[in-house]
Amino acid sequence: MKGGAEGYGVGRSVRRKEDDRYMRGKGEYVGDIRLAGMRELAFVRSPLAHARIGNIRKPAGHEDRVFVAADLIGVKPIVANSGLPGFKSSAQPILAHDKVRHVGEAIAACVAATRAEAEDLAAAVEVDFEELPAVVDMLAARMPGAPLVHEHWGDNVFLESRVEADLSEIRRTAPVVVRRTLRTARQCMSPLEGRGVVALYDRRLDQIVLHTATQIPHIIRTGLAGCLGVSEENVRIVAPDVGGGFGYKGMLLSEEVCAAFLARHLGYPVRWLEDRREQLSGNANCREHHYDIMAYADRDGRLIALDAAATVDTGAYSIYPFSACLESAQVASILPGPYKFDAYRCITWSSATNKPGLVPYRGVARAGVCYAMETMIDAIAHAVNKEPYEVRLRNLVQPEDMPFDNITKKHFDSGDYPECLRRVVEAIDLPAIRRKQKDSADASVRIGVGFSIFCEQGAHGTSVYYGWGIPMVPGFEQAVARLTPDGGLELRVGIQSHGQGLETTLAQIANEVLGIPVERIRVVHGDTAVTPYSTGTWGSRCIVMAGGAVATACRELGQRIARIGAHLLQVPSGNVQVGKGLVSSGVASVRIEEVARTWYLRPQELPKDVDPGGLEVTSGYKTVRDTGTFSYAAHAVVVSVDTEMGDVRILDYALCEDGGVLINPMIVDGQVCGGVAQGIGTALYEEMPFDDHGQPLATTLADYMLPGATEVPMLRIDHMQTPSPYTAFGQKGIGEGGAIGPPAAIANAVNDALRPLGAEINQLPITPHRVLEALAASRLKVSA
Amino acid sequence: MKPAVFSLEQPVSVAQLMQSGEGRIVAGGQSLGPMLNFRVAQPSHVISIAQIREFSLVEETEDAVIIGACVTHAAIADGRVPDIGKGILPAIAQGIAYRAVRNRGTIGGSLCHADPAADWLCTMTALGAAVLTLRPDGGRTIPLTTFVLGPFRNALQPGEIVQAVRVPKASPEARWGYYKACRKPGEFAHAMAAVFLDPARDIHRAVIGAVGGAPIVLEGSDVRIESAERALLQSGLDEIGRIMQLAALRRAMEQAA
Repeated sequence: MKGGAEGYGVGRSVRRKEDDRYMRGKGEYVGDIRLAGMRELAFVRSPLAHARIGNIRKPAGHEDRVFVAADLIGVKPIVANSGLPGFKSSAQPILAHDKVRHVGEAIAACVAATRAEAEDLAAAVEVDFEELPAVVDMLAARMPGAPLVHEHWGDNVFLESRVEADLSEIRRTAPVVVRRTLRTARQCMSPLEGRGVVALYDRRLDQIVLHTATQIPHIIRTGLAGCLGVSEENVRIVAPDVGGGFGYKGMLLSEEVCAAFLARHLGYPVRWLEDRREQLSGNANCREHHYDIMAYADRDGRLIALDAAATVDTGAYSIYPFSACLESAQVASILPGPYKFDAYRCITWSSATNKPGLVPYRGVARAGVCYAMETMIDAIAHAVNKEPYEVRLRNLVQPEDMPFDNITKKHFDSGDYPECLRRVVEAIDLPAIRRKQKDSADASVRIGVGFSIFCEQGAHGTSVYYGWGIPMVPGFEQAVARLTPDGGLELRVGIQSHGQGLETTLAQIANEVLGIPVERIRVVHGDTAVTPYSTGTWGSRCIVMAGGAVATACRELGQRIARIGAHLLQVPSGNVQVGKGLVSSGVASVRIEEVARTWYLRPQELPKDVDPGGLEVTSGYKTVRDTGTFSYAAHAVVVSVDTEMGDVRILDYALCEDGGVLINPMIVDGQVCGGVAQGIGTALYEEMPFDDHGQPLATTLADYMLPGATEVPMLRIDHMQTPSPYTAFGQKGIGEGGAIGPPAAIANAVNDALRPLGAEINQLPITPHRVLEALAASRLKVSA
Repeated sequence: MKPAVFSLEQPVSVAQLMQSGEGRIVAGGQSLGPMLNFRVAQPSHVISIAQIREFSLVEETEDAVIIGACVTHAAIADGRVPDIGKGILPAIAQGIAYRAVRNRGTIGGSLCHADPAADWLCTMTALGAAVLTLRPDGGRTIPLTTFVLGPFRNALQPGEIVQAVRVPKASPEARWGYYKACRKPGEFAHAMAAVFLDPARDIHRAVIGAVGGAPIVLEGSDVRIESAERALLQSGLDEIGRIMQLAALRRAMEQAA
């Protein structure tokens, strides 16, 4: 780690290059693209959660502008299978035909000059439905006799998986047993920019060009080509500026396939921009878990065993590419968290329901898993009458254990978890809070403090993913580094940067290697035509994988620059260094610009043995081990709970994050803050309820509560920087961690405040209504 | 969502308005706008009254302030409109939704929309305000207690519109309390209560809003929790909802004590 504010390389809080356009409202999003002759799409969407489709009548005189499934000739449904044994396959139609399986599923596409006119057309399409009973609850879905989302399955379970262990002896002998059932809400990821598509057909290249707000352009190309039945060289995906993703834009959309088909079929560009109603009512959701967990411990609070049953409400379809297995498989493999214990049993089910498909959201299963595990740790602490942080310290993996393989074979690369926890316990000043609680024991507004600690696996690769057998397995990450004739540097990467600041951090890495000023470095991303293949931006992987690839490519480029530079300096090529924008040998040096000019413009001056590859390098990169980096964090929060109104307010929030070596500490802080805001949403606000018929009940932003500026407190962020031994600079992925810790810490804090009243809440979000319900239930218990 | 097609008329005077055909009135558009976009409302003709100068006038008399229907929440929040005393009107207006909504939303529009959770509906009822209407044969004064018939239903007749709101001034010794519970600042309230005690004018009034229908009004000796409990039993709110409303009322009463 470098001290001081000098320089632009690794470890510096360089201002974000991309912010100039973002902050001035000059980004170029899909919605900003205007093409000659472009028309708008609006979809006829199902008003019912589960129904057979009868006749569809197009409005008279407009038949050629309304498209139903039968019109999409040669188009195949979206299928995302997992290779895990027992996985049941779903086929998500591009336009529904035989039946609809969730509210908002697209049935017909209408084309008009404006969106309003396209919506007029959509309103005039008549669809006959025969309504079927809906499967709404993930637990009821597993019951015998439940209506079937996919009839041929015989049940509603995408996948059941078991981590087995014989716990009979522990059950007999463990001195402490605690049990909790927990539920997290279905959420709707809500990036500022919704999804959006502009599709056109390029006759010259015989290529469908799809501009789409996606995190994973190369994966979309593969999926889209498969659905359309065309070769991948006939498809180009362009993700321009993308206004936030979080996972919401990490899937192949039926709308993308439909728009691409229509652009080619109609011969003019078409556009679909998702509106908030489509996003909230009909498109993919996230986060909905149910847990039933028994924890066994000794009288000191040492965890002996965990016995868990978890259900994930996966919705109607397996989404591409992550599939309906990812979330529940992750639950089973990461529930033990950063704790050391020896016996673990976990059964998980991925339930199919008549709701939109479930998409991994920032942290994927971790936010729910951390909430579940940390609730259990608090429960053990109370059972053995100790401070919850002490029980955590007793069970955490120790620094001397590193690297550490936990009970589910997760390989922790490095870190000091107890130190991380100790720091937040100190930062939040626990003794002061305990005193305050004593002094205000009779107040109607009560204070509570809660902790959570967790790890975040990032940048995991082939060995982790191939076992799941899903349509995507990350391998080598590639980057192109090329000098321009005037000595600038272009980096081309297959990921997509949509808020992560990678246009800056990748430039910092290149600057670290070559010393070229960051303002002369252009990061090109998000376009399959000009970037090397990548699985894209997900799983906190980019700074490790794309960062590693950029470093590797720049080092190779540096060697080629050195060879030419040495020739210009008339010294042996072993005698020069590349850095600070120069090739130097002792006091003599030549600028990299001169090297570039020599290659491109004065080839007569090149050495005879010059590398004919020139000043353009494509290189691939993998971490030393592909089991992932393990960043981790501890969160501590103080809340007040108004026991009359049920309001929860956050009074103080301190956290300590270890992301290994930070490429840009300012950007990391930004990632943490944004993640925590979303975690607060999970904890206190965000919920998409459904009625018994599968109707979504929070279909506007007046009903679906997102945290805003007034709900997010000033965070006190501390950092540890334990390098990962497996990455280029010791960096670890940290993109998701902020969102993982808050639900657990906040729920523990609320329950800490309510405990003297005998109330406990085991469901997210913690709404005023739920707080008052829990208090009413505890009063009933007392009076009974 | 984009609105279905409609025609728009923008009269700039009451005289012009009287020449207008039938249509849906829009003032600040903070409720009708989204309803049009969601196609919940599909009027073929919309008449914007936002440009009518007479509707933005404010008049102060000895015992009341008369606020034009198209005066915005922001104008009241910023003190650009005379207060009725005690800083009551700016305090209410400052808590309405978000600044962007306050900049366009109007007091007359809010009352006519009759959303049970609206700030003005609850507080103006407590303050004893009345709307002054305009119709071809002149107009009338309707106290807010009878203006709102139920959720999103008002007592206006076809062709009749609200031109102003008359708010009586508070005595110097009047006391006042207002509490609303929202998930977030600026969101719709899920419990709200206003208490106005002006013994000099023999007014003892508590109003509970956000009850799903017209606000609950408690007068005189009924300004107490037990009466509110009884009234809330008829409201259709569940037990938790009633607990919240009573807590809001208690807090408004404490403020006014």
